[in-house]
Amino acid sequence: MKHEQTHGTPMKYGMAIDLDKCTGCGACMVACMAENNIPFKEDESEKLVSITWMRIFKLSNGKSFPDLDICYLPRPCQHCEGHGGHSPCVSVCPATATDYSQETGIVSQIVTRCFGCRYCMGACPYHARYFNWWDPVWPDGMEKYLSPNVSPRMRGVVEKCSFCYHRYQLAKNKAYLNGGRRVPEEAYQTACTQACPAGAIVFGDLNNPEHQVHQIVKPDPDNGNRSRNDRAFRLLERTGTNTKVYYLSSREWVRRAGDNYLAHEKTGQVAKLHH
Amino acid sequence: MKVDRRSFLSFVIGGAAGTALSPLPWKLMDDSSIWSQMWPWTPVPPDGEVVYENSTCSLCPGGCGISVRKVDNRAVKIEGRPGHPVNDGSICILGLSGLQMLYGPTRIKSPMKRIGERGEGKWQKISWDEAIAILTEKLTDIRDKGEAHTVAAIAGSDSGTVPALIRRFMTAYGSPNFMRSPSQRDVDELAVKALFGGDGRTGFDVENADYILSFGSGFVDGWGSPVRMFKAASLWKEKNITVVQVEPRLSNSAAKATRWVPLNPGTEADLALGIAAVLVDENMLDTRAVSGLGSWKNDLLAAYATEKVSQTTGVAAGVIVDLAKGFAGANRPLALCGRGKGLVSGSLRETAAVYLLNALSGNINREGGMWAMPEADYIQWPDVATDNLASAGLVQPRLDGAGTGKYADARYLTNRLADSVNGGGPYPMQALLVAGANPCHDLPDTQRVRAAFARIPFIVSFSSFQDETAAMADLLMPDHVYLERYEDVPIGAGLAQQMIGLSKPVVSPQFNTRHLGEVLIATAMAMGGSIANAFPWDDYETCLEETLAEKWDSLMETGVWVQADTEPVADTFQLAGMDAPAVQAEGDVNSFPLLLVPYDAIQLTSGYVGEAPFMIKAVADTVIKGTDGFIEVNPQTARAAGLAEGERARLTTPRGEAQVCVHLFEGIQPGVLAMVRGLGHTAYDGHLAGKGVNINELIGPVEDPSTGFDAAWGIRAKLAKA
Repeated sequence: MKHEQTHGTPMKYGMAIDLDKCTGCGACMVACMAENNIPFKEDESEKLVSITWMRIFKLSNGKSFPDLDICYLPRPCQHCEGHGGHSPCVSVCPATATDYSQETGIVSQIVTRCFGCRYCMGACPYHARYFNWWDPVWPDGMEKYLSPNVSPRMRGVVEKCSFCYHRYQLAKNKAYLNGGRRVPEEAYQTACTQACPAGAIVFGDLNNPEHQVHQIVKPDPDNGNRSRNDRAFRLLERTGTNTKVYYLSSREWVRRAGDNYLAHEKTGQVAKLHH
Repeated sequence: MKVDRRSFLSFVIGGAAGTALSPLPWKLMDDSSIWSQMWPWTPVPPDGEVVYENSTCSLCPGGCGISVRKVDNRAVKIEGRPGHPVNDGSICILGLSGLQMLYGPTRIKSPMKRIGERGEGKWQKISWDEAIAILTEKLTDIRDKGEAHTVAAIAGSDSGTVPALIRRFMTAYGSPNFMRSPSQRDVDELAVKALFGGDGRTGFDVENADYILSFGSGFVDGWGSPVRMFKAASLWKEKNITVVQVEPRLSNSAAKATRWVPLNPGTEADLALGIAAVLVDENMLDTRAVSGLGSWKNDLLAAYATEKVSQTTGVAAGVIVDLAKGFAGANRPLALCGRGKGLVSGSLRETAAVYLLNALSGNINREGGMWAMPEADYIQWPDVATDNLASAGLVQPRLDGAGTGKYADARYLTNRLADSVNGGGPYPMQALLVAGANPCHDLPDTQRVRAAFARIPFIVSFSSFQDETAAMADLLMPDHVYLERYEDVPIGAGLAQQMIGLSKPVVSPQFNTRHLGEVLIATAMAMGGSIANAFPWDDYETCLEETLAEKWDSLMETGVWVQADTEPVADTFQLAGMDAPAVQAEGDVNSFPLLLVPYDAIQLTSGYVGEAPFMIKAVADTVIKGTDGFIEVNPQTARAAGLAEGERARLTTPRGEAQVCVHLFEGIQPGVLAMVRGLGHTAYDGHLAGKGVNINELIGPVEDPSTGFDAAWGIRAKLAKA
């Protein structure tokens, strides 16, 4: 790997999203849009071309009235680790515009390197990546609220959730200035985590036993980082993407919706891998 | 010098070789590739010093504390304020979108007067002096003719100093016609008066309750103070508390509840009284707080036998008994009412029945219970000394009929305004002032409201935005938005505490707008006499500081003032209102076999401010697609009408018709259709206008005969292939 400054154990930032608490209100989506200068068009109802780094999906148990149950699932970039940082998108990027950081576990997206081939979009199993088909246009006057921390993207590049990486950089600088070596848990939180009125999102370092996210997820490094929490699951976990966004639900049908199970397979059952 | 062939070729080839060896082509190629990515029209946000400024959000009645991140003088992000007693760092989708309203192109940028036909959108920019002169002249004319009472004002709320200044202006001027936008607060205030015998509102200690029975209240759809309720709903999950949501549609709140009990639309009061009857029958009561139960018990048992209630509501008898037992078995059970966000005034019978459940469980004015909160009383101004013209005007009846005759208990009947202006009122309306409200979009039966507005000779809008009501105005006097002004924000919204928040200017005014308080003071000064005398303040800030008195310093410092102890209105609950008549849906079952009910979504403001582009972006494509609006239909109902997912259909009600798209949804009872409230704007810009259907075009007010309030919860409808 390249030379990267690491201090002690590398960090592995990740999330635990409690779907029992999530109400699908959309505050995370808008907090993300406001934090990251995400543009908008007059019509945003064509969701395939609507840029939403964080998007809420609605799940249903498929039953009829009155047995129907619904659940919302917020989907940021899952920041796949794969095996040793081989996340699906990183493996296919010909421009090295997206990379897996061994220091933070964050999958980056360097828009100025991206030349828009969109291989990464094809590779991403989570539809977490979006292509800028148009130049961003802010209605007259609205460019005033744009944040200098995140560059607005131009036409022809792919963008996605960065776990608010600029917040990490700010927190890291602050930690150094204060003489600390590590970024404290509360000093680096993503915009969606901070906004969520239901407190459904917990963000932090999955490697750090003192962080709440670690305590909730209890990742098992000997088992592909699967969670030891019975309520937890990851999206398409069995594909080996080794994502860092864990979901929690007390409802079995919701956990089952996180992967493509065959009828006879039990929820959470790991298919035998053939090497 | 003669140029021969040889020297010409040498020159050209040499020049070409020289250019190729020079950095020029590479520089040009490099420049063009940089240029092709660094489009000059992709903005580069300037950097600068970062500061956070605290204020209070007033986009909804919730009263959340906000912390606005600024870079130099630009506000770049609104975040929740950590440690604030209402929202403690969290924030909702509307609060997050505030900067799009502040900087958006749909602001009204200067005072304007109409020069074209009404509604045509032709305006002329004028100065503030001219605007105030026009208003003063018009109002003086009307008043001099002895017709001061024919001027009306509609405000978004009636609490806080700004609405109090509007009301004071109306009093000094001589009109009894001050109104506020309808909401559940109307029936709540009336119920508190009837049940506790005093002025006030209810407050719910939701954080400490241990069983929640919600009659359609959208606790995660924007009911009460939204962020506080979101937090409470998560707390309920953590504490493993039973939460029952009673409503005909699987709303997000129903999905969050531990149990969803669907019932026939409009029968919530019956179910509440049915549960009360089980409590009485099985003697599961705590009657400490209730007076006069005696003979009333038998009436209740006779009228609300479980089997009968089961038939009316469609809820199985076993479930009713179950709910009663669960409610009675809890230590601090809490029943909530007010459908969705509580945007409709509502029925007295239903409200009284639900509050009765709280009383029968003894859960009144105590931890985890329902509180009868007195009205905030920090605005203590001397009474207005009215002159003869004003006194003569003030004794006239109100245009909406509130406060007299059979509507004696109602303060405002804004729902009756359109009919009154359209010929049903005691006298014609000559002028209307509108502030913080958008009646041309938000009042039911918008066609009739618009017809009424067309009849009013002079309309002034104080709106900051180009909304539907401003489009109907003759004079625009735009207010600052909340991020540009000082204002006290008394927080009601179901809190079991008295709180006042303070909005402070986070940025300087972006346009040539003026604080409504200042405009009222200036207009009063211009009118002179007793009207000017009623406004002894030099400016609004002086007025605010004097009014808040000893609270001012702490408000400036912390942004919120919380009263330590509140004396409830009363501790005894009197039985009243339960025998008020039920409110039926308008329309004939034979010609309109289906039922259309509105629902509220947190992604839409369903109120005065139009949705910002960010919010519309977060709306699902099963609610808006392109410009089409969707209705939710049970697949069984859709099949019967020959309609499939996404198909266009014609929806007709007794009040109007619209083209809609069909979204199949198993979360709704067969025979019932649901449409979201808040869409179908005709004003604002292309990011909002023309999307979906305004349900107020399809539904009209249905008067609760016991109060006069609009208690419509649905309307009969029919659906056909388009």
